[in-house]
Amino acid sequence: MLYLPGNNPNMLLRGHLFKPDGLIIDLEDSVSRHEKDAARILARDVLKRGEFGKCEVTVRINGTETDLWREDISFVVPQGVSGVRAPKVETPQAVKDLDEEISSVESKSGVQVGSTKIFCLLETALGVWNAYDIAKSSPRVTAIIPGGEDLAADLRTSRSKEGTELEWVRRMLIVAARAAGVDALDTVFPNISDGDGLRREAGFVKQLGFDGKSVIHPSQIPIIHEIYTPTDREIDTAQRIVAAAKEAAERGLGAVALDGRMIDAPVIRRAEFTLERAGQMGKSENRG
Amino acid sequence: MPVNAANRDIPTRIDGYGDTAGKLYEGPFARKPDARRSGGRIRASVPNGGSKVAGGIKDAISAAGIRSGMTISFHHHLRNGDYVVNQVIDACAEMGIRDLTIFPTALFGIHKNIIPHIKSGVVSRIMGSVNGPIGQLVSEGGMDTPVILRSHGGRPRAVISGEVHIDAAFIAAPAADRTGNISGRMGRSACGSIGYAFTDAEYADCVIAVTDNLQSYPISPISIPGIYVDFVAVCEKIGDPAGIVSGTTSVTKDPLRLLIAKYASSLIESSPYFMDGISFQTGAGGIPLAVTAFMKEAMRRKDIRASFGLGGITGYFVDLLKEGLVKKLMDVQSFDLDAVKSIACDSDHIEISADWYANPWNCGAAVNMLDVVILGATEVDVDFNANVNTEADGALLHGIGGHQDTAAGAKLTIIAQPLLRGRIPCVVDRVHTLTTPGQVVDAIVTEYGVTINPRRKDLMESWQEFNCGDDTPLVSIDELADRARGLSGSMEPVHTTDRIVGVVEWRDGTVIDVVRQLES
Repeated sequence: MLYLPGNNPNMLLRGHLFKPDGLIIDLEDSVSRHEKDAARILARDVLKRGEFGKCEVTVRINGTETDLWREDISFVVPQGVSGVRAPKVETPQAVKDLDEEISSVESKSGVQVGSTKIFCLLETALGVWNAYDIAKSSPRVTAIIPGGEDLAADLRTSRSKEGTELEWVRRMLIVAARAAGVDALDTVFPNISDGDGLRREAGFVKQLGFDGKSVIHPSQIPIIHEIYTPTDREIDTAQRIVAAAKEAAERGLGAVALDGRMIDAPVIRRAEFTLERAGQMGKSENRG
Repeated sequence: MPVNAANRDIPTRIDGYGDTAGKLYEGPFARKPDARRSGGRIRASVPNGGSKVAGGIKDAISAAGIRSGMTISFHHHLRNGDYVVNQVIDACAEMGIRDLTIFPTALFGIHKNIIPHIKSGVVSRIMGSVNGPIGQLVSEGGMDTPVILRSHGGRPRAVISGEVHIDAAFIAAPAADRTGNISGRMGRSACGSIGYAFTDAEYADCVIAVTDNLQSYPISPISIPGIYVDFVAVCEKIGDPAGIVSGTTSVTKDPLRLLIAKYASSLIESSPYFMDGISFQTGAGGIPLAVTAFMKEAMRRKDIRASFGLGGITGYFVDLLKEGLVKKLMDVQSFDLDAVKSIACDSDHIEISADWYANPWNCGAAVNMLDVVILGATEVDVDFNANVNTEADGALLHGIGGHQDTAAGAKLTIIAQPLLRGRIPCVVDRVHTLTTPGQVVDAIVTEYGVTINPRRKDLMESWQEFNCGDDTPLVSIDELADRARGLSGSMEPVHTTDRIVGVVEWRDGTVIDVVRQLES
């Protein structure tokens, strides 16, 4: 998912042309305090146009610790945005407050109540510690995402090329996300000129189980897609597993072997997920 | 009012230009020459004739017999670092010479110093590109006679055919010797190729080399031999190296421009011309340079070698030559230091004249050998017509360059540019000024995808075959114009008076459009 500065009409109108899976209109860190009003108006108008290609669109609002977030929600939620990204979420209560406010705005503006998802950015040690409870605090929560710079600062360290400081956080968030039944999305890789570093990090978080990764520059999109797009061989194997499973089900068999290996429910789920990523299941959620 | 073949209203008479009967644009290849070449004055030299060094610029002006009312020419290889035009015009003014027609290949911002000389009548007419402040002055009605704009090929055609007679040509010479042998390849003001000056040297009545680097006879290598040169004028500096060539040219990092370049490169790769021996011109702008970078990858991937690269040459092209991906470079203008160094030492990097490069009336201009050219434009319209001369406010701020010539010559002419520049749409219903007709434009590439001229059904087919997925969208020209309109809203029309301040000639010398004075 590509972050777009909320005060940059050029990128807001054209971000989808770079074909990310999703767009994140940012009203928080990339917009200075005195430009918040202008960015909200711009974001609202761009959302009204609704020209985003096949991208899922979310908005990063200002944190619930500020006096800005309610107005952010009042501008973007009525436009039928897919979700809001809430920064610096630390407690389930913060999510409940968000949920309540969003419900109120949805109800007033005729948007189906409950349709706006919440993506929680866990950017403090406390937020990470409460990850599972946060993920379970509202049915709107669809993903949890570790912080980058802010989290490193809260951990009293700094971002390194290797990402050592975030390694445990990422492992923990995957467990929390899966336990709570939500997606785990990874934070951005800040060095836009280090394609190899991004490739390495994306490969690592994919292996951990992350469902996708946010990016801050269009040049990072092809690398994430390259990492997350299944290879032809993976697709072929997945297709054969799904076909064998279907045949077994039709014949009333509980399990079946393929290439000498038993195919059971987890193997079939993984194969279906591979085909979903490859866009070959007839449905493909926008992730990452 | 007569309408030419490009559907533009052209008056029967243009004050300061003449009658337009028989000079209306008829089509890109309609007008054919039927005459003998014109020529300069024949001169003779005698054995041991001695040095041609006349002294300084004023001495050379005196020796050349330059008088009021004459036509004097310049070339623009020193670009925005050129000191020669200003020095010559200043000297003419001080010597009481007036009513000059200047015939530069192009004028840049640095030449704004001649604005007072335009106002005082020292310069009464300009035939050549007027970039920047002089263009603004012309647009606002600051000259009594219209500027005549010709392409890089149209200019030598006009000289050779006798439409323009040059009384004296001033050739900025980064190196010269006492007999007038000239080179652009060495010296503090080295600019590489001086190809635009070749025709002036051959056809002017009098040729003056202006140099800040007088070397012993004979210099080597020689771009223009002294057989054409009457006098050598020596001055302290002919230019500012910082304005003459850029340092290392680098590919844009702007993601939008890179996206456009990627689409343009895909279009080239899909075309029937992407095969061993392909030839192309991509220029020095951000998008064209990035196209070259993407093409380099594709050429490596498919093991393809290009036969030649043409036009203004950059270090990026030089790298392709060094890597063997391009076999020859044909260079009419060297844009950066790497190109200057390359042309000085590599025999596969060939210096060519503007005549050779682009003149439609010779036996074979290099542009006719081009497979692909990438161009820009300030705006294009739904008929694929391109405007490179006037800005959105109607001001005449740019020359034609090789736009018309390469578009007419190449098998695949691509205009690659963003759909909007700021809030200004670049795809419109009708271009304000017509420079290059849609008959010679094959495709427009924007960040929204590839738009192919419907008359190129072959390109459509090869594109669809190449791009069977939805990786690069194919967008119709009407959809593109609608999208631009939707994003920017309707633009207020440019308000002009009836007075004509610029005449845009097609490369064959016919009038394709006129530029009218802006309302104050």
